[in-house]
Amino acid sequence: MSASLIVQRDLEAFIRRDEDGHGHLELLVSGARCAACIGKIEKAIRALPGVDGVRLNLTTGKLAVDLEATSVNPDRVVQTLEGLGYRACLFDPTEAVAAQDREGRELAVALGVAGFGAGNVMMFTVPAWAGLFGQELNASTLTVMYWMAAIVATPCALFAGRPFFRSAWASLRRGKANMDVPISIGVLLTLIVSFSETILHGRHAYFDAAVTLLFLLLIGRYLDHRLRANARSAARDLLALQTPVAVRLDGEAEHGVPVAEVRVGDRLAIAPGDRVPVDGRVEAGVSELDNALITGETSLAPVGIGSALYAGALNLTGRLVMTATARSEDSTLAAIARLMEAGAQSRSAYVRLADKAAALYVPVVHTAAAVTFVGVWALGLGPREALLRAAAVLIVTCPCALGLAVPAVQVAASGRLFRKGVLVKSGAALERLAEVDHVVFDKTGVLTEGRPRLMEAPAHLVAMAAPLARASRHPLARALAASAGLGLVAKDCVETPGQGVAGLIDGRPARLGRAAFVGVRAHAARETELWFGFDGDVKIRFTFEDQVRSDAAATIAMVRRLGMGVEILSGDLEEPVARVARAVGVENWRAGLTPFEKVEIIDRLKAEGRKVLMVGDGLNDAAALSKAHASMAPGAAVDVAQNAADLVFTGEELGAVTRAIIVARTARRRALENFSFSALYNLVAGPAAMMGLINPFIAALAMSGSSIVVLLNAVRPGLGWRSR
Amino acid sequence: MTILLFLAPASVALGGLGLIAFLWTMRSGQYDDPKGDAARILYDHLEDLSAIDKPD
Repeated sequence: MSASLIVQRDLEAFIRRDEDGHGHLELLVSGARCAACIGKIEKAIRALPGVDGVRLNLTTGKLAVDLEATSVNPDRVVQTLEGLGYRACLFDPTEAVAAQDREGRELAVALGVAGFGAGNVMMFTVPAWAGLFGQELNASTLTVMYWMAAIVATPCALFAGRPFFRSAWASLRRGKANMDVPISIGVLLTLIVSFSETILHGRHAYFDAAVTLLFLLLIGRYLDHRLRANARSAARDLLALQTPVAVRLDGEAEHGVPVAEVRVGDRLAIAPGDRVPVDGRVEAGVSELDNALITGETSLAPVGIGSALYAGALNLTGRLVMTATARSEDSTLAAIARLMEAGAQSRSAYVRLADKAAALYVPVVHTAAAVTFVGVWALGLGPREALLRAAAVLIVTCPCALGLAVPAVQVAASGRLFRKGVLVKSGAALERLAEVDHVVFDKTGVLTEGRPRLMEAPAHLVAMAAPLARASRHPLARALAASAGLGLVAKDCVETPGQGVAGLIDGRPARLGRAAFVGVRAHAARETELWFGFDGDVKIRFTFEDQVRSDAAATIAMVRRLGMGVEILSGDLEEPVARVARAVGVENWRAGLTPFEKVEIIDRLKAEGRKVLMVGDGLNDAAALSKAHASMAPGAAVDVAQNAADLVFTGEELGAVTRAIIVARTARRRALENFSFSALYNLVAGPAAMMGLINPFIAALAMSGSSIVVLLNAVRPGLGWRSR
Repeated sequence: MTILLFLAPASVALGGLGLIAFLWTMRSGQYDDPKGDAARILYDHLEDLSAIDKPD
């Protein structure tokens, strides 16, 4: 590929050097999936001069390279990887990533400590529970047991509870009470009450409950963190892969410069296969542009000297030299990016299910505990009994369904979707998806396959033209070659950018390309056709079409059956959109829309109270994707669209959309079931604790028992795959 | 019952040993690349790579 231009880039910034001058470099490698990849990549990079050590992390796709003191050009590493067939880019390890790793590590350590505490404290509390029934333990032995439990549980609970304490404190300082407030108060109060009971030789010490509660809640917290971390790293990797570099021409020399530094009037070179970096005008060269990802148009746009270029278009066949007419931040692309940012902000205002429940739950529990304390004291049972019962209320009503069950449901659901080829970016995305009642599809690349396919043509004619098609890089020629299968390649091929390819088939000169290039006159040129012919012989016409996905009609029918409205919004011309809409059975469609009009329509639907799911793949959809209530993008979509979407589905099937909706709805139902169960449980356990019927054994049993029930309900199989 | 004074600390110490082992596996990055480790264990030559002399 001519895309691997040798350009001067200052990549020293990406190398971290220690005092001895040894360097450390990190790259993001996409496409490495198996053990063979590890061997291939590590061996090739290690063989480069100046490389000390190399290790590929298959889970994150990061390649860590240790460099010797002598200067090594990091581009060599990138080029070697590209030579092996992997896309690679340099990765700038930022502070945010490190902070997130720290958070995950801290949660894991807290979980480990809580697990140790919960397991070991039982050695002392189980005999105590037994003593509550059989009275085998005399009072002094019981006190010894409780002291030992205290020695194990207290440091563990205080250490493992730190994430909750910190969050509760931060929330209180802002004058609000989140879910961590009752948890923190419950744990601390439980420890205080248990100590006072132990000192006073009482029977009601809950050391085990405090640490077990934290252990169970930390499981939920950790699962939630993992889900978010995976989603964030996926988004970050996509961004990193877009390293925006433009090739600036100074005289005849080419320099790679960051797109942000391109000034109006700069001359830029665009190799075939590269995207146009900023808006501009062609100065030299002819080529064809694929605008599908910007406008949704399926036909290729021929460009020559003087044509206007829009940032983001893909240059297909010839090298172009352009003059920039706008800076990066004034280009169309940047306007779309700003819209996306606005969309992401409106979306972050979404209140998650667990938070809604917590808003109800927190005041109720705190009032109940306070009423218990005051009420019991007022009844003349003394402050000690009052405090004990208030603590019991806080323990048995622990919000396990909120802290544990919802993340567990979401992890189970997104795991199931992942195995079916759908990547879920966050738990909130699943919740939003479950609420959707209107689906908006983009046409190109979503309802259709997004690449041209040869319309029915006699096999012998296809075979005749195939040798020339195989020699060309043009998308239509590739589609022709693909339908012909493997075979011979024509000799002495010459490709004329924007025109076609000429060569010798069995010694006879032949041409494949535009009508005029092949020698057909007076024919209205269309962009979705190729002509072929031997010189002086009959000319054959091949037509191509972007085909509708095989399960598009079935998916639309399924969307309707699920009770949702369907609409098509496309940037393509009226006629192809109408054809596709007819084929999949949608009456409600609009064509020729700009990215901004798409956003307006989404906004209007939102104003009507609809919860819109946007399914799109192009740059022109990116803003609409981030504005919609929920959004999905196919794996073949542009990085920006994948970034903006909540869910990304791989594979050829559009059915992933309905499958994801069904799973999301089931997950939501599961979460609501868990809330109802917890509410029911609290209605029984709460009053029992108020009346002082709860002893440590029952508290431990009820609390862990309810957690296990909601957890089992969360991971119970059958997350909505019955309906295909 | 005095046996408890010996057994209880001993069992807690054993549990603590497990906790220390867990913290050590965390620190030494054994959960950083589960997929890669699962693949590497199948191939001897992946580890041998570090011993191969560079051909330059």
